[in-house]
Amino acid sequence: MLTVTDLSVSYGAISALGGISFSIPQGSIVTLIGGNGAGKTTTLRTISGLLRAKTGKIEFLGEDITKLPAHKIVARGLCHVPEGRMIFSNLTVDENLTMGAYLLHDKELITKNREYVFSVFPRLKERIKQMAGTLSGGEQQMLAIGRALMGSPKFLMLDEPSLGIAPRLISTIFEKIVEINRNHGITILLVEQNANLALEVSRSAYVLETGRIVMQGESKQLRTDPQLKATYLGG
Amino acid sequence: MSEFLQQLLNGLSLGAIYALIALGYTMVYGVLRFINFAHSDVFMVGAFIGYYLGKLVPEHTVWGGLGVLAAAMIGCALLGMTIERLAYRPLRSAPTLNVLITAIGVSLLLEYTGQVFFGAAPRNFPEIFPKQNFNLGSVIVTSNQLIVIAVSIVLMIALQLIVYRTKIGTAMRAVSLNPKAAILMGVNNDVVISFTFGLGSALAAAGGILYALNYPSIDPLMGVMPGLKAFVAAILGGIGNIPGAALGGLILGTVETFVSGSQFSTYKDAIAFAILIIILLFRPAGLLGKFTVEKV
Repeated sequence: MLTVTDLSVSYGAISALGGISFSIPQGSIVTLIGGNGAGKTTTLRTISGLLRAKTGKIEFLGEDITKLPAHKIVARGLCHVPEGRMIFSNLTVDENLTMGAYLLHDKELITKNREYVFSVFPRLKERIKQMAGTLSGGEQQMLAIGRALMGSPKFLMLDEPSLGIAPRLISTIFEKIVEINRNHGITILLVEQNANLALEVSRSAYVLETGRIVMQGESKQLRTDPQLKATYLGG
Repeated sequence: MSEFLQQLLNGLSLGAIYALIALGYTMVYGVLRFINFAHSDVFMVGAFIGYYLGKLVPEHTVWGGLGVLAAAMIGCALLGMTIERLAYRPLRSAPTLNVLITAIGVSLLLEYTGQVFFGAAPRNFPEIFPKQNFNLGSVIVTSNQLIVIAVSIVLMIALQLIVYRTKIGTAMRAVSLNPKAAILMGVNNDVVISFTFGLGSALAAAGGILYALNYPSIDPLMGVMPGLKAFVAAILGGIGNIPGAALGGLILGTVETFVSGSQFSTYKDAIAFAILIIILLFRPAGLLGKFTVEKV
């Protein structure tokens, strides 16, 4: 579904990604793990068009999207839930969801998506008229994912969904991520620092270190890999 | 008492005009975080479009007046969008200071191009609307004041509906809160920014015509003072805050009118800037603005 070939990105003179390649099959959950500054967020931002690639190619559904502006990439069904959630804090929960469906014109579909989002995250329905900025961290993450689902995405990129969330809610959110993938066939690329959790829910994984992929494989196998265990899984 | 009511009425009608101009400053600040100093000159161009078209329609008719008003608003909306496209969009990733300096440049360009085309001498604005005075007890209400207040109320309600009830309005608020997140929703921020300039400039044009109805001597530098005061009004209400700009305009117009009717009338222009200094000292976020800490 998504194929990234030899992608490199730099911030001025500083190289952030040094030619990474990976591919994500339709219907799967794939995770990208790695420490701080490994280039995980940079990878997502480049795929969604917020950053420009220096070299390399990004193909989505067989078409080259490397040079497309970000809003046109969203229109193709590739939706990025950014790190830090980036909800619209002074809009209501309802208005945030409306923004998620910005590109849709079919009113029935929008209503259907809204109901689907509420069935996945009933909490959002309770908070519908509330300003999004007043939600808890976990609820904001639900809103960020719900907002992304409003646009009927085919492919979802989640950047650190566990960041800054009460531990109790983390497992809920990860259950929902798996549910979204299973029940709706939405392909998911998950970026996480919490490698244990990410390997648990994903089918395959790539390990990123200072802008390069240093390890890849089935998540099940990587979980028992001694080297990975020592570095990312806390022994 | 009647003196007070009379001054209050005069003040509110002047304030409504400041409010219309202030809305443009505040909306552009909302989406781009800079002060569009050329805004006051769009106001001037609005008055001049009214001047030329006003000579084509018969005087003292409601339809003629409204037609001229609508045409000036459309003309200025296009002008505002053109300014944004040519002067500000190329600087989208440049530091704000560069954009601010460019805005001052565009302002001077419009003022002195205006002097080339319209001449520097003041001109008499035609009486495009019917003119009549109504006596309510000892208070005199002029038809111009009624027009100013009616047009401002209609435009502000329309703006409120656009910003809070339409998709593009929601997108405007979203871009203003978090431009990156808006892009990730598929919003083309350039379109939203362009729309914001169009909307703000149309309001400035309406302000220009209404101002010229009440102070019927227009010249290419006429925008400077009302523009500065509307800018103060926007700060007073809380820059970036739409109801704040309306409130700031009304307060400023009223205060200015009361001062000019008192023994301190020579300070009527100074009062706006005194208010600016006081606001910046004691409530820098403005009356309705929220003080936000820049997060790093």
